Amino acid sequence: MTTHVPSVTAAATPVAAGRRRRGAALPYALLAPAVAVLVLMLGYPLVRLVVMALQEYGLPQVFGRPAPWVGVDNFRTILGDSYFWTVLRRTVLFCAVNVALTMVLGVLVALLLDTLGTVMRLVVSAALIIAWAIPPLTATVLWQWMFDSQYGLVNAVLGRQGESWLADPLSFFAVATIIVVWMGVPFVAFTVYAGLTQIPVELHEAAMLDGAGFVDRFRYVSFPALKPILLILTSLSILWDFRVFTQIYVLQRAGSVTRDTNLLGVWSYNVSIGQNRYDIGAAIAIVMVLITVLLTLTYLRAMLRQEDA
Amino acid sequence: MSVRTPTRRGRRVALNVAGVVVTLIALFPVYWMVLTALRRPGDIKRPDPSLLPTGLTLDNFRRVFEREHFWTSVRNSAMVTGIVVVLALLIAFLAAVALARFRFRGRKAFLATVLVVQMIPAEALIISLYRILDGRHLTNTVIGLSLTYLVFVLPFTIWTLRGFVSGVPFELEEAAMVDGASRMGAFFRVTLPLVAPGLVATGIFAFIQAWNEFIFALVIMNRPETQTAPVWLQSFNEGARGTDWGGVMAGSTLLALPVIVFFLIVQRRVAAGLTAGAVKG
Repeated sequence: MTTHVPSVTAAATPVAAGRRRRGAALPYALLAPAVAVLVLMLGYPLVRLVVMALQEYGLPQVFGRPAPWVGVDNFRTILGDSYFWTVLRRTVLFCAVNVALTMVLGVLVALLLDTLGTVMRLVVSAALIIAWAIPPLTATVLWQWMFDSQYGLVNAVLGRQGESWLADPLSFFAVATIIVVWMGVPFVAFTVYAGLTQIPVELHEAAMLDGAGFVDRFRYVSFPALKPILLILTSLSILWDFRVFTQIYVLQRAGSVTRDTNLLGVWSYNVSIGQNRYDIGAAIAIVMVLITVLLTLTYLRAMLRQEDA
Repeated sequence: MSVRTPTRRGRRVALNVAGVVVTLIALFPVYWMVLTALRRPGDIKRPDPSLLPTGLTLDNFRRVFEREHFWTSVRNSAMVTGIVVVLALLIAFLAAVALARFRFRGRKAFLATVLVVQMIPAEALIISLYRILDGRHLTNTVIGLSLTYLVFVLPFTIWTLRGFVSGVPFELEEAAMVDGASRMGAFFRVTLPLVAPGLVATGIFAFIQAWNEFIFALVIMNRPETQTAPVWLQSFNEGARGTDWGGVMAGSTLLALPVIVFFLIVQRRVAAGLTAGAVKG
């Protein structure tokens, strides 16, 4: 599931000390349902995930046999498997390419929105909103149709009927990249555009008086002002593209060699749900969580600092 | 000036061309999906498909409506989505009030948790959540899937609503109390209406997340009669590929329709909520 930027940050409301003495238990009562759901449906599964990764958990355990403890054997198994490193490298590369493309195109579209006239800007915005609103599964299925080997529009236009885009890993990931970037650009574009409109016009006018062209003004005026937004957007894109699942899963089912196209998320799923090796799947999932948290530490620190201020 | 005008016009034209290109890239795939959904099989399976809407029919949609488990999957999705929206708003609103209106021990820690939790890839928890729900006989149940979705929409919902609640100055509530309203009365008559745009926005967020979600539904609802709409669409897609693209595109269009409608609403409402400045004094 995707999460969105917590865009509304509240200015801290100072509540006079003592005003609330009487209802000291009230805030805890108000928080209780949220805490209960988080503990039961998130805390417990996390603990269970770690436990499973430290056990032998296969088909017999699904049917109720006790799960023997194996320590870090599962981690040793995957870290010693050259396929793990292949998938990890592939996942990082896919993530890097997708984040870079999404960010660059998103910023370019934002700059375009900023310079367009009112009518054209509304037209482009409306188109972007519709693309943004398409559910991930629908987007994947419709691009799968565009790239269909027999009757797909892409092959019809290129005059290459019968060419399969999903069979070869490289073109498979190219199609996946098109889907991910197509879905991701609108959000980045709108957020950056919102940031651009916050920059005082005077700054640009002053830079123009100093003889700065379009590129210079972006470099010395817009970019520094946008830096915090770009940092947050990059972190979120990394977060989303590192764990991409739906697109890869559906395209794999549409005809590709699973082994050549697995990314970490899909691999963990295929190993556990597909082959009933929940122990190995859990170990892969934990590696995924750790890498994600490491990658987004800067984002977390920035958000928490904002909270302190 | 006379020298600069042509280049300026040239730039304007170039920008508008770029705008048209972006619009086409964003919209064309969606247009193609809807067009395919409205076409006869003979017009779909052609080496040289026409780009223009000709000879349209609703047959594909009719076939989808009559297809096995379609309406069951829509009903399952509607139930799960409804439960998630109601519970998420209720639970998150209570939490938001606690976080925005009170200072208490553990508040900072809770806020930090809400943030960190959003960084955990939900996909990593599929395995253990599936085993847990399976052990409690909650797989293939609406309540099992709803609880799963709830935990993944709550952090964002809490964070956003907290912003809206603290945007309403406590002094407004106090003023109402001075005028004789009870504490509860002041809260319900003053704060709640001002927070309404936030409730709409986060409610729609929860709606979109629950309606769109695919992976957990795929794992947790693994029987044909308990499938949600996205899982139904994918099973249709896997089964009918190459033979019924018209039907698959009709199904894809139907899945996207409610989200597009709500998206267009939320765009305006969120903008209105943020710019109207609910508190104008």
